[in-house]
Amino acid sequence: MKRTTLAASAAIALVWATQASAQGSELTLCWAAWDPANALVELSKDFEAQSGTKMNFEFVPWPNFADRMLNELNSGGQLCDLMIGDSQWIGGAAENGWYLKLNEFFDKEGISMDAFVPATVTGYSEWPKNTPNYWSLPAFGDVVGWTYRKDWFERPEIQAAFKEKTGRDLTPPATMAELKEVAEFFQGRDIDGKTVYGASIYTERGSEGITMGVMDVLYSFGFKYDNPEKPYDMEGFVNSEGSVAGLEFYKSLYDCCVAPGTSNTYMGEGIDAYKSGQVAMQMNFAFTWPGFEVDPNVGGGKTGYLVNPAGPNGERFAQLGGQGISVVANTDNMDGALAYIKWFAQQDVQQKWWSMGGFSCLRAVVEDPAFATSQPYAQTFLDSMAIVKDFWAEPSYASLLQASQARFHDYVVAGNGTAKEALDGLIADWTEVFMDEGKL
Amino acid sequence: MPPACPREMIMPNPIDIAAQATPPRLARKIRGLSDRAIAWIFVAPTIFLLLAINIFPLIWTIRLSFTNYAANKPNAEVKWVGIRNYTRILTDEDIWSNMTTTAHFLIWTIVLQVIIGFTLAWLINRKFKGNDLLTTLIVVPMMLSPAVVGNFWTFLYQPQIGVVNYIVEFFTGIPAASFSMLGPGGLAPWSIIIVDTWMWTPFVMLICLAGLRSIPDYIYEAAEVDRASKWRQFWTITVPMVLPFLMLAVLFRGIENFKMFDMVNLLTGGGPGSETLLTSIDLKREAFEKWRTGYSSAYAIILFVTVFGLASIYVKALNKVKER
Repeated sequence: MKRTTLAASAAIALVWATQASAQGSELTLCWAAWDPANALVELSKDFEAQSGTKMNFEFVPWPNFADRMLNELNSGGQLCDLMIGDSQWIGGAAENGWYLKLNEFFDKEGISMDAFVPATVTGYSEWPKNTPNYWSLPAFGDVVGWTYRKDWFERPEIQAAFKEKTGRDLTPPATMAELKEVAEFFQGRDIDGKTVYGASIYTERGSEGITMGVMDVLYSFGFKYDNPEKPYDMEGFVNSEGSVAGLEFYKSLYDCCVAPGTSNTYMGEGIDAYKSGQVAMQMNFAFTWPGFEVDPNVGGGKTGYLVNPAGPNGERFAQLGGQGISVVANTDNMDGALAYIKWFAQQDVQQKWWSMGGFSCLRAVVEDPAFATSQPYAQTFLDSMAIVKDFWAEPSYASLLQASQARFHDYVVAGNGTAKEALDGLIADWTEVFMDEGKL
Repeated sequence: MPPACPREMIMPNPIDIAAQATPPRLARKIRGLSDRAIAWIFVAPTIFLLLAINIFPLIWTIRLSFTNYAANKPNAEVKWVGIRNYTRILTDEDIWSNMTTTAHFLIWTIVLQVIIGFTLAWLINRKFKGNDLLTTLIVVPMMLSPAVVGNFWTFLYQPQIGVVNYIVEFFTGIPAASFSMLGPGGLAPWSIIIVDTWMWTPFVMLICLAGLRSIPDYIYEAAEVDRASKWRQFWTITVPMVLPFLMLAVLFRGIENFKMFDMVNLLTGGGPGSETLLTSIDLKREAFEKWRTGYSSAYAIILFVTVFGLASIYVKALNKVKER
């Protein structure tokens, strides 16, 4: 009996040890399910070959990404060892202890944040903002920009019609006013026997879509989140005259120049509308651009790329996207996760990342003289990344985001109230959130 | 007195066999228990599960509703806030607006489903060729997943490629691309009602059909003898006898639609603006996106009390109808 018990115990111990060992040589990386994630799977094969670590991936579609992953982090789950989380999560992740603070590791391994594009360090890694406290390594630079149908813009008959209508040449819009003028021109126009529309813009209600779109425009109209001298003091900044004009502009763009039925559209719908030849211009994150270049309908030189046009006073900003890669604090393979980050930070890996469609944030890559001409959209990406602003990255960002989603959608899409009322209401909502947080 | 059978001729009873197989010590123990104790032994697991899965979470939710607890901040101090969460919810105009939206959805879906469901059941109850096939076809929508229904109706409602707008254009001449069923213009609340009605009318129909088929033929025959018109038969026999079934269907649909989430979330995400923001969608966002656990607990309790209160009143009315 004793011998049997001993043998059984030994077998259980052996199985447990084998499992533990297997777990030790595996890493699970969590991210959104999109094209760059597929590129990362390919890139990570080099890491697997070098380290002997097996990489697993958990990708969730964007509309459910935050829900799924924040639940995972919040519940202390051990699904993910590495997380490429959205930039706005950084405050909550840092304050709630979801991510490992990486300063010590960076110092030990000689990884300098100066080596990365400053906007991405602030946007993806720092909490509190503008302090040297790093919670992630900038992994994927992204920004909202515009694509336009270069082939349509270059057609003589279209150029002539535009000149006749507006008195000026049809050129890629440099200002918001020009953008709307061009969009109005294309709206309902017949091109190749098909009715096309002016532009595709973000209007999605459920997650973050309309906020990303509206903020992308509002920044260039003078919108500021709060008083630079007095944090969380929003009166006169969020609802400044410029902000009101910007929101009115976005609504006018929605009213005049989008395809019918686009009251709930975000990245995916924008891609579909553009690729199918439904719209002349499209607002979308830069990650979509490599896909357009290889698309049979809009690739091969048919697409042009635009930095966000300037506002009425010449100010020009763009909404930051993108993410940093972090180590989940309760991973049971901390060494493996850190080894991945160390590997990913290397210049040759970052160079390969860019060549595969990943938007590297490493300055050595993006400041290389050959970078700007390496892809048709490379220069636009660089110029856009230089003018980025981001939404609140507070721990309560989800509450702040839901408030803006409701206010913006209610005004822009449903047409209720005025822009001033929407922004005043937003200040009231955001004030309540900050009061709950004890920050006001 | 029947003649006694020889013992070997009696067929062995399975219960006797099981009793004989019971070990003597256990059998003695069981024999020592009262009927009440045995009943408790059988009921105890269910009661335990009920307490663990329903009652304890309910009590815990009530407790949380008086705090500022946030599930995403496990290390933060949990403060007792009294009835503040309740007063905030009950004085919040946006929440009352969501309640109104939910009531609009609830009332219209039930009215339409009852009228159409009863009519279909009444028609199908008549014997005709292909009756069974038609019944099967009609119940297909309720067999689909709400997520699937939500997804494909977004395509049906699409102004440029969706069939709905083209049907409207065909009958009214209004250009298909000129309006959006899920967009601005006030049609979205009606669009979600149409989808829910399409999906769940068959359920009401089936319950009504069961009611109609439970009415004995002799009652109608007696009415015929008394020369009651068809119209009078309908109002004095059919409707009163189907009413308890119909009320049951209304109860089921009412409770289901009060917690409607998936289909509407997929169709509109609560938009445009907040025109289709049902309380269940709002509650989910408060609880699992904003992580205001204390606040959303109070919200959930208010909704629970509302549904429970209305359902209790309704069940009393249903019982009265049954007793008639």
